[in-house]
Amino acid sequence: MEAIDFGPFLLSFKLAALTTLILFIVALPVSWWLSQTACRCKPFVEAVTSLPIVLPPSVLGFYILYALSYNSPLGAFFEQTFGIKLVFNFTGLVIASVFYSFPFMVQPLQSGFEALNKSMLEASYISGKGRAETLLRVALPNIKPALMTALIVTFAHTVGEFGVVLMVGGSIPGETKVASVAIYEMVEVMDYTTAHIYSAIMVAQSFVVLLGVYLFNQRQNRRIGVA
Amino acid sequence: MIELNVHKMLQGSGGEMPLDITLSIREKSFVALAGQSGSGKTTLLRLLAGLERADGEITVAGERWLDRKGMMPPQKRGIGFVFQDYALFPNMSVEQNLLYVNKDRAHAAILLEMTGLLELKNRLPGTLSGGQQQRVALCRALMNRPKLLLMDEPLSALDPAMRLKLQHDILTLHKAFGMTTVMVSHDPSEIYRLAERVVVLEHGRIVHDGSPSEVLLRTSGSQKFTLEGELLDIIRADVIYIAVVAIGQQIVEVVCDKEEAARFEVGQTVQVSTKAFAPSLHPARDGGRQL
Repeated sequence: MEAIDFGPFLLSFKLAALTTLILFIVALPVSWWLSQTACRCKPFVEAVTSLPIVLPPSVLGFYILYALSYNSPLGAFFEQTFGIKLVFNFTGLVIASVFYSFPFMVQPLQSGFEALNKSMLEASYISGKGRAETLLRVALPNIKPALMTALIVTFAHTVGEFGVVLMVGGSIPGETKVASVAIYEMVEVMDYTTAHIYSAIMVAQSFVVLLGVYLFNQRQNRRIGVA
Repeated sequence: MIELNVHKMLQGSGGEMPLDITLSIREKSFVALAGQSGSGKTTLLRLLAGLERADGEITVAGERWLDRKGMMPPQKRGIGFVFQDYALFPNMSVEQNLLYVNKDRAHAAILLEMTGLLELKNRLPGTLSGGQQQRVALCRALMNRPKLLLMDEPLSALDPAMRLKLQHDILTLHKAFGMTTVMVSHDPSEIYRLAERVVVLEHGRIVHDGSPSEVLLRTSGSQKFTLEGELLDIIRADVIYIAVVAIGQQIVEVVCDKEEAARFEVGQTVQVSTKAFAPSLHPARDGGRQL
């Protein structure tokens, strides 16, 4: 047996970290807006943002591939203007992951914001503060368990993705070959030992992440309960 | 001077109800809004704060807060608002709650001193009692030196002793800062102690408007005194009847004859009044019983 190559894991973590960071910035205003709006269009926006949960990853991957490839206007524009290819490389993976994990960031944040005491937010508005300042200084610091859930679940979900990554990125070592894809390949070539080791690492990592979230939430709830 | 003429459809438990209010409030006065729940008094307060929309006009000291063209957002009104549930920011200390509104440390120190909170300034709201939290909320509402202070049943969640203390704080601050204060309240003794005017709402309309003694004292004609209470029971004792009435926390018995007994129903709100005697006052036997 060869030495275990941890490259795919590093790539998975790099992808997950970057996706989580981008999604936090993108999903924060969206989830805040969804939690506060009385707009009739809210159910439509909610349905669209939740699509990645129910769609087969291959469908999502197919559309992203179709939209970003150099045969499409968007892909052609990026390639001609910036010289950037958007598929079968790491950039493509990040874009695909952002779409794929979007609901996992939006939904916990939105429920966190919705559970906040409404008069607390109104008190901030009456104090002369706008929506953005209220979001950053009052709302966000008071939804710590929801924020923690959103960040960690998004991270873990991105590490665990397979179908979308395979469709959009393929399996280029060091570029798009993430842990889940690597395991698939090991099984295909019947290298079960490595597949076992990789899979065991994935199980352990996922368990630790989830345990961390639940421990944190229990501690937070106790703290609020005592106070 | 606050001039207000608003109309809004409210969704109540009994279906739709129009809120139709025309009201003017003198500068620096203390006005209590009273009425049963669902009468529209909280909505009226929220309209003044800019937290809800309505048709009509609100003009405050010549400034248009609401007209056909639109509504001035709550951020621009420069008001103070005290919520029933305190609505403090749990992630900030007492002092930070005040400084969030503006960075005037000196003013914050004065307010905390006046309300006896200075020693608690580094505590988080979650570690304070209800009364302390509401005093923090009161201080926070005054950080912008508002011309108008709005309070939505600010003391209803507190015990009677704490209420008394906070009523004193509210009155002190109202006078010290020369504000116009509008307070929603259910408590007649609180209204009598604090307000110089009571506006009573019923089904979205003003039904009484006057001084607390005019509105709250229920005596009329030659009656010497009148109390309102709930008729709990009518007991027959030989040829007379005894009506048992709950007045506030107290139960009293009133003798009545057969015709009178037949006129009333148990559960009805009744007036107990008398003409021809002078009630005398004594200290309560056990220092006053609180149920």
